[in-house]
Amino acid sequence: MRERKGIIVFVAWRELRFARGRFLLIGAVVALITLLVGFLSGLTGGLAAQNISSVLQLPGDRLVLQQPENSDPSYATSSLDENTVTAWEQADGVESVTPIGIVQSRASASRIDDPTGVALYGLPQHASGTQSNPLFDLAPVHDDEVGVSSGAADDLGVETGDTISITGTDFTVSVVGDDLWYSHTPVIALTPEAWSEASKRVGGTGEATVLAVTANADWEAIGAATGTVAETPLASLTALEAFQSEIGSLGLMIAMLFGISALVVGAFFTVWTMQRAGDMAVLKALGATTGSLVRDSLGQASIVLIAGIGVGLAAVIGLGTVAGQALPFIISPITTLAPAVVMAVLGLAGAAFALRSVTKADPLTALGSNR
Amino acid sequence: MIQLQNVTLTFPDGENRITAVDNASLRGNNGTVTGITGPSGSGKSSILAVAATLLRPDSGGVLIGNGSDMTDAAQLPKHEATQLRREGIGIVFQQSNLLPALTAREQLQVMARLGGGTSRNKRAKIDARVDELLDAVGLTEHAGKRTHQLSGGQRQRIAIARGLVHEPEVLLIDEPTSALDQERGAKIMELISRLTHERDTATLLVTHDLAHRHTLDDLVTVLDGRITTPIAGRALIR
Repeated sequence: MRERKGIIVFVAWRELRFARGRFLLIGAVVALITLLVGFLSGLTGGLAAQNISSVLQLPGDRLVLQQPENSDPSYATSSLDENTVTAWEQADGVESVTPIGIVQSRASASRIDDPTGVALYGLPQHASGTQSNPLFDLAPVHDDEVGVSSGAADDLGVETGDTISITGTDFTVSVVGDDLWYSHTPVIALTPEAWSEASKRVGGTGEATVLAVTANADWEAIGAATGTVAETPLASLTALEAFQSEIGSLGLMIAMLFGISALVVGAFFTVWTMQRAGDMAVLKALGATTGSLVRDSLGQASIVLIAGIGVGLAAVIGLGTVAGQALPFIISPITTLAPAVVMAVLGLAGAAFALRSVTKADPLTALGSNR
Repeated sequence: MIQLQNVTLTFPDGENRITAVDNASLRGNNGTVTGITGPSGSGKSSILAVAATLLRPDSGGVLIGNGSDMTDAAQLPKHEATQLRREGIGIVFQQSNLLPALTAREQLQVMARLGGGTSRNKRAKIDARVDELLDAVGLTEHAGKRTHQLSGGQRQRIAIARGLVHEPEVLLIDEPTSALDQERGAKIMELISRLTHERDTATLLVTHDLAHRHTLDDLVTVLDGRITTPIAGRALIR
């Protein structure tokens, strides 16, 4: 005789219908929290992309920044002179070094009255040790040309062949590429020479900001010898002050929302299972196993959570699509499914915490009880 | 048949123990309703709890079955005792103790789903008997109603049907008329008697209401945990 396995939710399912007002309420709360978490995640993802999408395209095993004596490394202040670049190029184990300049400035085009804030990248035409990527696809061939990211092209209202002005110098748009950002400004790529001149015109040194290094080397030793620090691309993001503060505060809000959701769902199911304790005692007295009652309770919680999270997720995708036209908002598995899964896991953990009144229900209390 | 043999049950009381059931022996035969009566606190509900495997006695046995196929329920490990309650024992509580979210029909159907891994055949078998039992207790027309839509007597009849739907060897009933008026109480007692005889169940029924004693086949009195007075005498093992 084949045994039927799986969650038995005979009672739980009927309770959901019987007490639909209460379950709709908690389902709505779960949906709203999912909406909040999803929106915050999408916004965080969007803001993060506007901060770092170009940095994540930098080639190499490590990114080398200047190590100031009394502060942390920073993309905004890093400046690496020729001697430093040469020292890295000649260090043992180093295969390739690509000097890259980054500076924020303004650009203007004849079609737009106001100048637009942009991030100027000084990129060699062919970065050694790299394959084609969206950032280096912007690299222009000639000093009087620029590669423009689609965000900058939109802001400036330009397309290939148009002229834009950067720090008083005119450039011809040679290519319009992917949507790449640096510290909330869209990217425009120049040749290293043109970038160096532009950097000097906005008060910079004209020297490279960061080295993209491919190597199997003693990173710390070379860094200490050259007054630099070599970080992985992800670790180097802490040198972007805007990114650090944004992600820190938004991440904290998301974590707190997760905590709140676990508490709310846990508290609801604690009260609910306490109210069910009498029914649990009766079912146990009639011969229900504790395991089947636990599955029943967790099945009930799962149904409420899945329904609530599903509605919340649909709202995130719907509203996020609309919001994405005006806000930096990203809809992706990381900003939707991942928070939903975390919500479900934490909600079930909260519900599981409430199971004590199920496992401890004494069937003896069913005898003589007045229900 | 159910047979309690020299059952003693004690409870802790501070540093001492109090005796709730004192060397009690009792037999409930198939097709008979054996009443257990006595004043409040005499131990009659404790006897029922031991018979239902909800309490394990300090000593003595609780034999359930027939002929050579007898199980000592007092010695069963917890999970087997739970299975015995699910398959071999029917329990009707003092108050009906129905589940408020379920309809009358579902109160009976739930008995097929208590084990979690219930076989499909067993479930179909129990489900098939639900209508028959609802008809037997006269509530076919009320099968779709929930607890709050039923009267006290109707609830108790559903509880009796629930206690019988899985065809248990033994039916244990605790004060079935305590919340009912005389007329409804009489009907319930007659129903219990009829179903016990029709289904050849060994029924133990705790009551302190002797107004319906004519529906009982046997009656014993409990006082201070001891079975003291065999009224009809057949249930007492001397």
